[in-house]
Amino acid sequence: MTTETNLKRTPLHDIHVALGGKIVPFAGFEMPVQYPTGITAEHKAVRERAGLFDVSHMGEFIVRGPGAIDFVNSVTTNNAAALAVGQVQYSSFLYDNGTFVDDCLVYRFADHVMLVVNASNAAKDWAHIQPKAAAFDCELTDVSDQTALLALQGPMAQQVLQPFTDATLDPIEYYHFTTGSVAGVPNVIVSRTGYTGEDGFELYFDPTHATTIWKALTADGRVTPAGLGARDSLRLEMGMALYGNDIDDTVTPLEANLGWIVKLAKGDFTGREALVRQKAGGLTRKLVGFTSAEKVFPRHGYPVFVGDTPSGTVCSGTMSPTLNIPIGTCYLPVASAAEGSKFEMEIRGKRVPATVVKMPFYKNASHR
Amino acid sequence: MANVPADLHYTPDHEYVKGTSDPNVVVIGITDYAQDQLGDVVFVELPRKGATFGAHDVFGTIEAVKAVSELYCPLAGEVVEVNDRLDGEPALVNSDPYGNGWMIKLRLKSQADLASLLSADAYAGHIG
Repeated sequence: MTTETNLKRTPLHDIHVALGGKIVPFAGFEMPVQYPTGITAEHKAVRERAGLFDVSHMGEFIVRGPGAIDFVNSVTTNNAAALAVGQVQYSSFLYDNGTFVDDCLVYRFADHVMLVVNASNAAKDWAHIQPKAAAFDCELTDVSDQTALLALQGPMAQQVLQPFTDATLDPIEYYHFTTGSVAGVPNVIVSRTGYTGEDGFELYFDPTHATTIWKALTADGRVTPAGLGARDSLRLEMGMALYGNDIDDTVTPLEANLGWIVKLAKGDFTGREALVRQKAGGLTRKLVGFTSAEKVFPRHGYPVFVGDTPSGTVCSGTMSPTLNIPIGTCYLPVASAAEGSKFEMEIRGKRVPATVVKMPFYKNASHR
Repeated sequence: MANVPADLHYTPDHEYVKGTSDPNVVVIGITDYAQDQLGDVVFVELPRKGATFGAHDVFGTIEAVKAVSELYCPLAGEVVEVNDRLDGEPALVNSDPYGNGWMIKLRLKSQADLASLLSADAYAGHIG
């Protein structure tokens, strides 16, 4: 049995329990992995209609002051200075050796920046970036405990949310945000972002109002409460990286196909030199997506072989609920990583053939 | 609460054993409690007809979204029928574990072995 005495709860904990959610320890929180609906049905609800996720466990840091952008640029890989007010970017924090501390989102407001980080890494991220802030004219605040986060995801997300908010949703572009009221709750950050590939919104707000917004949105029959299980299979169908599976402190963004969030030309940042060297020397391995014609369920940790040579383990894997085929990710030597390349994974002592395919696995998602 | 029918036998590993009209043949599947713990079943690997197993031998594998589990044969015997419907409809294990979600029919080596299994009350206490 797991002792859950030190786990935090989101402001919606009682609602998850009342809905019959299966609560599991995740990143220091008690989180719903699924509701009685089941992971597959929740996954499909998001692809076809809309799902509502409580992701209040995520960490949020606020950076204020004239040096905020310069500071953020010095600790992240993407170019925060290129952001317009009201725009979001996917980025990452690296160690000096170029490997991941974490991936993150960077929100640019008129007078501050918000960094959104993985719950499991929030303390480590803070310890990594906070000491570096002293060199800049800015102030860093951890507002994770004062921030609730709900993700409404699915092709019907805009239709569902619009009646509840004074923000005009249609003009908000993907990876942009505004601030408005939702279900009478003021000062909600309404962000057209998500981790599912579908159109949708992430709502950041004062946790004392979490129940109000949850109840308002789930009263719409098109909205299905969805847990972390569906969130994981949805993101994997899109080939979106998960820290701890696809990326961690042993790999760099260049190896993880995330070169697009690395802007070497923007100026210095932690990890830059290592990436410049890696780029000059050439990559030896890279993250690939794969499938298999066999009836198998690839899982994190299964050994991978190219010929007879071990090549690490499966990073992420599932039976795709939308495509109904096995899908997964792993790192392969660059010479064996081209689309169509064959390799094997070992499942309970048996070698199973797999083929490298292009990601995303699911190509008809509704995000825009 | 998980459904634990009174007229079945159980193992601590959450398989059930159900009698048939032939006293030497039993139906084997996993319990309602087990299917609920596993979550959505994605596929079930079952043995071929004619395979023989000893008690506690692994007779198959069940892949659910969250995890993979081995299936243990509650009793020694020979597989006389396999539920082929599970090939195309693995979710029957979730929706109807004691009915259409059954897995194999086994011809028992010895009917006396049934005494080694848990009663419904004992199993209910085990998962309690």
